[in-house]
Amino acid sequence: MKDTEGYITPDGRQIGGVLMEMKNITLRFGGVVAINDISFDVREGEIRAIIGPNGAGKSSMLNIISGFYTPSEGEVFYKGEKRPPMKPFEVARMGVARTFQNIALFEGMTVLDNVMTGRLTHMNAGVLSQALWWGKARDEEMENREVVEKVIDFLEIQNIRKTPVGRLPYGLKKRVELARALAAEPSILLLDEPMAGMNVEEKEDMSRFILDVNDEFGTTIALIEHDMGVVMDISDRVVVMDYGKKIGDGTPDEVRNNQDVIDAYLGVAH
Amino acid sequence: MLYRTAGQFKTSYKADQALFPVRQDAVLLIAILIVAYVIFPLIASEFAYQTLLIPVMIYALAAMGLNILTGYAGQLSLGTGAFMGVGAYACYKLITIFPWMNPIVAILFSGVFSAGIGVAFGIPSLRIKGFYLAIATLAAQFFLVWLFEKWAWLYNYNASGAIQVPNTEMFGIYLTGPLASSVTQYYLVLVIVSFMTMLCINLTRGNLGRTWKATRDMDIAAELIGINLMRSKLIAFAISSYIVGVAGALYVFMWKGAAEPNLFDIPLSFQVLFIAIIGGLGSILGNYLGAILIVGLPVVLNLLPAALGLTISSALVEHLNIMIVGSLIIFFLIVEPHGLAQLWRLIREKLIIWPFPH
Repeated sequence: MKDTEGYITPDGRQIGGVLMEMKNITLRFGGVVAINDISFDVREGEIRAIIGPNGAGKSSMLNIISGFYTPSEGEVFYKGEKRPPMKPFEVARMGVARTFQNIALFEGMTVLDNVMTGRLTHMNAGVLSQALWWGKARDEEMENREVVEKVIDFLEIQNIRKTPVGRLPYGLKKRVELARALAAEPSILLLDEPMAGMNVEEKEDMSRFILDVNDEFGTTIALIEHDMGVVMDISDRVVVMDYGKKIGDGTPDEVRNNQDVIDAYLGVAH
Repeated sequence: MLYRTAGQFKTSYKADQALFPVRQDAVLLIAILIVAYVIFPLIASEFAYQTLLIPVMIYALAAMGLNILTGYAGQLSLGTGAFMGVGAYACYKLITIFPWMNPIVAILFSGVFSAGIGVAFGIPSLRIKGFYLAIATLAAQFFLVWLFEKWAWLYNYNASGAIQVPNTEMFGIYLTGPLASSVTQYYLVLVIVSFMTMLCINLTRGNLGRTWKATRDMDIAAELIGINLMRSKLIAFAISSYIVGVAGALYVFMWKGAAEPNLFDIPLSFQVLFIAIIGGLGSILGNYLGAILIVGLPVVLNLLPAALGLTISSALVEHLNIMIVGSLIIFFLIVEPHGLAQLWRLIREKLIIWPFPH
């Protein structure tokens, strides 16, 4: 694969080779073309944003990455290898974690349990060991609890550890969801509108967490977001979609000055 | 005041994940175990064994099995009675085919058969959920009861069409059949049920429990974080049916003594479902509370008129029973839809901070 060296961001971070590449992805629902022949890549250690007006196909793209949809045409390359059609849980086990636009937490469980579910892919003790709470199951539980506690510390949600998720306010739920995704120690983290419905302070908190995650764990992040200010601030490269087509791809500055992007967002006189 | 957690610090995750992180809970459990293992056998009458102690535990176990499936994994089932029947018939066949087999082994092994059948009838759950799945399990209910009736091999071709529990013994003590004493059977049931309860608590608080709860709360999200839904559901069906099957074997071998196919018909399924719902779905303790209520209430209502010096015809008592139990069920569901276990949880939260309101 060509161009594996990566680049250096304006703030001095080294971005690695291509981690995930979408090649000529097309997605059709019957006669509706949700995504039309889109290609882009996500590099290791990068914060990659996908933006676009409503109905542009951003969420569909994320759903393809996480294996929820299978593209009608085109291929997904992950870590240099072509990914065969997979079930979502298999994709998750390959190190792809995500959050959802509408919070998808397990309401009946505590925050701790929710975050622990993020570790599922790392735990494989047998049923018998779990039933007796002995040997492997217990050791695993402790080891993974430690990882989870680190994430909980990191996202500053220690005080609500044992609270059932159903009782939490919206902003905290979003943070717990991020914690669950982080607990999986993913190679690539997909965030579907992490700041939707938040006020300014919550957005600032969330942006800080996203940058910290990327900085401290070196996690590759692909995110969808509507708040342009946030996107332009935190992302390294941006893909712009409109009506299922890619109309721009590049650094925030490049994208901001792209005539097609301006037209898509502000509209053009016909 | 007695129930306060202040001053109980935990310094390791192991301590925090102990079975009873609150000291008072452990004390309470030990007290209950002492009562169950020592005090009851000393004071209980034959009547108490047969109408209260043994059935409460067996029903609680059956409800626990159902609760794993419905309360934890979120798969509604109406076939509990039939799965209990599978356990009972499997145990009967095991003991009559292999008379040398230890009855305890037979009881524990009979659950394997119901687990297999449970998984088979659980396969539709991969495509359908909610009420539709309930209907699919209802099919299991009808089919299996029909099978118990028509497949004469199951009841060894005897003329009555019912299974009679034979006398079996271990170390010279009769464990099953008409010769077995209630105390022996009580202990046997108690040991099996407490052991199973421990397994259930461990399963539901560990990784598998989280997998089930995730499947229950939001299956799409569960799949996207790496849960194989098919595996999660089928394991739930297997474990749930195993427990239900063992409960069924105990039901016939330790309590009823004989069984006809219609014993395992829909009323039994509903009774177990009521226990699970009233006790609290997604709770282990709730199964016991629900079983005590459902089994104990009719007994109390039967004894109450006599204790108050009233003479009421037994038919009227019977009808009053049904009416009162029915209205209580409605009352409880309105007051606390999450069951008695949730009521206890709330009381506990209040007690921990008592006398302060927050």
